[in-house]
Amino acid sequence: MLFRVFEKNELKSLFGLLAGKNTVVGPVQTDSDRNGKPIYAFDRVTDFGRLRIDYTTTKLPAKRFFLPYREEMASFKMSGKDWTKTVNYHMDRPCVLFGLHACDINALNKLDKVLMGSVYPMPSYAAKRLNLFIIGIGCDPQPFCFCRSMAADTVHHGFDLFITDLGEKYFVEILSAEAYEVIKDLRTAAPGEEDHEQYLRTAAERGKKFTARVDTTDLTKILDIEFQAPVWKEWGDKCLGCGTCANVCPTCYCYGVEERVDMSLQRASKTKTLYSCNLLDFAEVAGGHNFRSERSTRLKYRYYHKHRGFVEAYEESLCVGCGRCGEACLAGITVPEVISSVRGEE
Amino acid sequence: MDHRLAFHNVVPHHHKYHRKTDLARFEFTYKAEVTSVYRLTEHENLYRIRILDNEDRKHFSFRPGQFVMLEIPGVGESPFSISSSPSNHEDIELCIRTVGNLTGVLSRAQRGMRIGIRGPFGTSFPMELMHGGNILLIAGGLGLVPLRSPIAHVQEHRSMFDQVFIVYGTKEPSQLLFKFQYEMWKKDDISLDIIVEKPDPSWTGPAGMITKVLEGIINSRDDAFIEKTHAIVCGPPAMFKSVCSMLAERGVPMQKMFVNLERRMHCGMGKCCRCNVGSTYICLSGPVFDYWTVMNLKEAI
Repeated sequence: MLFRVFEKNELKSLFGLLAGKNTVVGPVQTDSDRNGKPIYAFDRVTDFGRLRIDYTTTKLPAKRFFLPYREEMASFKMSGKDWTKTVNYHMDRPCVLFGLHACDINALNKLDKVLMGSVYPMPSYAAKRLNLFIIGIGCDPQPFCFCRSMAADTVHHGFDLFITDLGEKYFVEILSAEAYEVIKDLRTAAPGEEDHEQYLRTAAERGKKFTARVDTTDLTKILDIEFQAPVWKEWGDKCLGCGTCANVCPTCYCYGVEERVDMSLQRASKTKTLYSCNLLDFAEVAGGHNFRSERSTRLKYRYYHKHRGFVEAYEESLCVGCGRCGEACLAGITVPEVISSVRGEE
Repeated sequence: MDHRLAFHNVVPHHHKYHRKTDLARFEFTYKAEVTSVYRLTEHENLYRIRILDNEDRKHFSFRPGQFVMLEIPGVGESPFSISSSPSNHEDIELCIRTVGNLTGVLSRAQRGMRIGIRGPFGTSFPMELMHGGNILLIAGGLGLVPLRSPIAHVQEHRSMFDQVFIVYGTKEPSQLLFKFQYEMWKKDDISLDIIVEKPDPSWTGPAGMITKVLEGIINSRDDAFIEKTHAIVCGPPAMFKSVCSMLAERGVPMQKMFVNLERRMHCGMGKCCRCNVGSTYICLSGPVFDYWTVMNLKEAI
């Protein structure tokens, strides 16, 4: 790891160096809400002027660039009674994610553990993940951000560059050799004593801005003990079972597989679509039995997977505390509130 | 100077046989054909399936209790327990109830139909652990399907086991599976008890719940027998719960009873989350669990 500082106008040069020959995806403003506040989204960017690295958060994570909503896994060619299967690896060109916040990079690191790190790595994810060049950017904590509670407010690996705004200039952490090659073509300087001090001051200032909190102390045990607690029923009654939380979650990866035949009966395709454990038929089996027919058991299962099961498997929670699910929930259900009620803190 | 980022090609092209950690394993399908369809009951058929490639067929091996994903291109893919002997490297047998979309198409299968097989997946019954002792093989309803594979193991290694019991219960006599094998099991010195819940006039055996027969078997045996007994229990959750608690009460430790769970699955490889119970992947950590582990899975029963 190497640290450098560079003047603010050099950021445009960094963009230019990468955008010429590669796809760049970054935060842009797509609209304003009814209070006039900007709405941001991750999109392809070719013009540096469109990039809004000062964005607060996005409604949707950058998931569609490495875990798309719908994707063909394989196709079949049929002739007579025989068929051939062709696996689709979705080999895309390298893609630059320009301006991911720490929470979203942490989310990718968590996805890596399930989708690439364990047995049966998923080729369509690996193809994209290994071809991502990630530039992280420091953020301004929002009222709904509880990433600090989930230990996801800073990120230690899984990116190429991480940029922090020091006010006058940018401080950059260079993690990969490939990033170093790019940075070499930029006008940068070694950070001085005052840059280090400014960096630490910035980090301390940012730390003070977090307002939302989740107490994760002994949470796995509490979730076990409170498995039959009546609060789950209360949240279940509020939940609409719409699956929006999974859609906006940067770490939700569950899916369903469907096969279709085309009209000529000569081709078929096998498609995976991201799903949500809150949807009614998530655990329904052939014959009609549903292992989780109640909304409350489905909601509970989601919390249980994020905050209990993943911890058991990987010693860390699957939630990064980005707060998107709470912001998007039509019933106003937020993670800090649910966890605090399960802890009996109301 | 523009930087073109290095391209990482993940498409595997060099080897044919796949470890669990290879990207090529994920969507690898053995092409197979249905070699026979044997009608067992009104709703269940036994499908004999043969992997077409000679090399692949020789290398395909599984353990009792494991499952495969059966794919019909354009229709779908579902998990099924393998119901045949692990030592048969020619065909695998799947006993399937016609209940949904995929199984409906399958029920109209002709010999020679080409299907896809992925797997085998999941954990298995630790048969070697049970060598030297008594074994209770208990099935309720369709539970006999996954149980038939350990039964085959017992038959082929009969000298490795002391006393062997099969206890099998169904709703009605018409639902009895694998009737053609009952005599063979008995000839292999395996005690077979069958009980039905709703007898018809032709039924001469006992009627009632499965625990009724089981009670007779375990209560007439001494503690020395119980001490060297393992049990494999396959069936619906309500059934294996009452069976296992009866066995536990008689003194069989929970880690010496094995059960098999069935859930919806879309991948079989710990990715799609559809089979999760609590947050345990039934496809990776199961489908075979010891009873202690199952009791500790939230919502498993």
